[in-house]
Amino acid sequence: MSLRSKSYALFKKDFSSELRTRYAVNSLAMFIIVAISVILFSVGNEKISESLTGGLFWVVIFFTAMSGLSRAFVSEEERGTSLTLQLIASPSTVFTGKLLFNLILVFCMNTVIAILYSALFEAFVMKNFVLFLTSFILGNIGLAAASTTIAAIISKAGAKGTLYPVLSFPILLPLILTSVQLTLFAIDGTSFEESKFELAIVVSYDVIMLTASYMLFDFIWKD
Amino acid sequence: MVWKIFLFLLLSFVSVAGIGFPIVEKPSAWYEFPFIPGLEENAKIIFFHVPTAWLTLIAFLMSTIYSFKYLRKKNLDDDAKSYAAAQLGIIFCILATVTGAVWAKFAWGSYWSWDPRQTSIFALLLIYGAWFALRSSIESEEKRATLSSVYSMIAFITVPFFIFIMPRIMKGLHPGSADDTNAGPVIDFKMNSNMQLIFFLSMIGFTILYFWMWKVGYKSIILRDKINKQLIRG
Repeated sequence: MSLRSKSYALFKKDFSSELRTRYAVNSLAMFIIVAISVILFSVGNEKISESLTGGLFWVVIFFTAMSGLSRAFVSEEERGTSLTLQLIASPSTVFTGKLLFNLILVFCMNTVIAILYSALFEAFVMKNFVLFLTSFILGNIGLAAASTTIAAIISKAGAKGTLYPVLSFPILLPLILTSVQLTLFAIDGTSFEESKFELAIVVSYDVIMLTASYMLFDFIWKD
Repeated sequence: MVWKIFLFLLLSFVSVAGIGFPIVEKPSAWYEFPFIPGLEENAKIIFFHVPTAWLTLIAFLMSTIYSFKYLRKKNLDDDAKSYAAAQLGIIFCILATVTGAVWAKFAWGSYWSWDPRQTSIFALLLIYGAWFALRSSIESEEKRATLSSVYSMIAFITVPFFIFIMPRIMKGLHPGSADDTNAGPVIDFKMNSNMQLIFFLSMIGFTILYFWMWKVGYKSIILRDKINKQLIRG
């Protein structure tokens, strides 16, 4: 089998085991509802500004990702299947498969968050929707790439649950800061031409993070 | 031994000259600094704030370089070198944050205003705080060295974003920001020659001090490991 079909097989295995337990999907859905309702409670009847919704949107995305994405590698360690996986598949195959799974998960979860946000917050209206979509897709790719790598590191370390957000936050910070900026631009209706610097930062972040993850994954995966 | 005395004399001269030389409107003698509008007496902290920020970068760069070396050769001494460099890096990072905050209080009016460079130094503190948390959570030596090396390399990828890209495209208070028309006293070298001399002497002195501290640091880590192993073997 080629690399692509092998990683697709791994992705299908993760996908069907996810369908059987629905662990990540259920916990993510609940987490999204809880996080958004906490924001709604604290806001109350007050009108919040556009710049605040943009920031809060990424806060919810970050913490939801932190609660669900570490699952990819931690579950293999917990079930004791990581050794078998090491024997039958090359590191790049494993990484591609897991990344694919996390990408799908991130996209589904963030789409739900975006829909809920635009339904519940009046200020969350995009004047430049194409810019929002572009930054949303690029941001999701970066988020999935960085958090998959950190999940792999975490799965080999001791305290798994607490360390994950601690390790991920500084790595994701440039991405989140620029994404918040881009979301604000999209709400304000700034053109593509004016936001090309921020878009370039997100694109280069994605490329660098994907390359580094592929290069360094061998060291994490092989004990 | 000779260079230690040299370092002592150099740093004493920098401290005395940096704090003691008066600031006047029109400097005529070699021991007088020019008056910089907006900075006034606060300008003197530049001799101590900039070197600490510079050493933070050097220390974290060296930590990453030795992490890379460890991943290639799997020599635990390289991990000790990387660890010692990161320890020093976090000390200088805290010093840079504190001196920067004190300067900001007097120059810009508040200790902390989320200027892009303040944000980036804060992010550096977070990165290496997380790095130490990761190290302390792993028992096995080889595993700890490998995983922390990988993390430090991934983390260092984000450092150029913080240090070189964000402060230049975002609006901020530091010299050289996006909305700053003149590049500032440091970047344009608007300091006069005796100020520049002390500035660069301070940079050199602090850099030598860093390398000395780093050498003592990694040697003590390696020795402690050796003694621990001997104790275990009995």
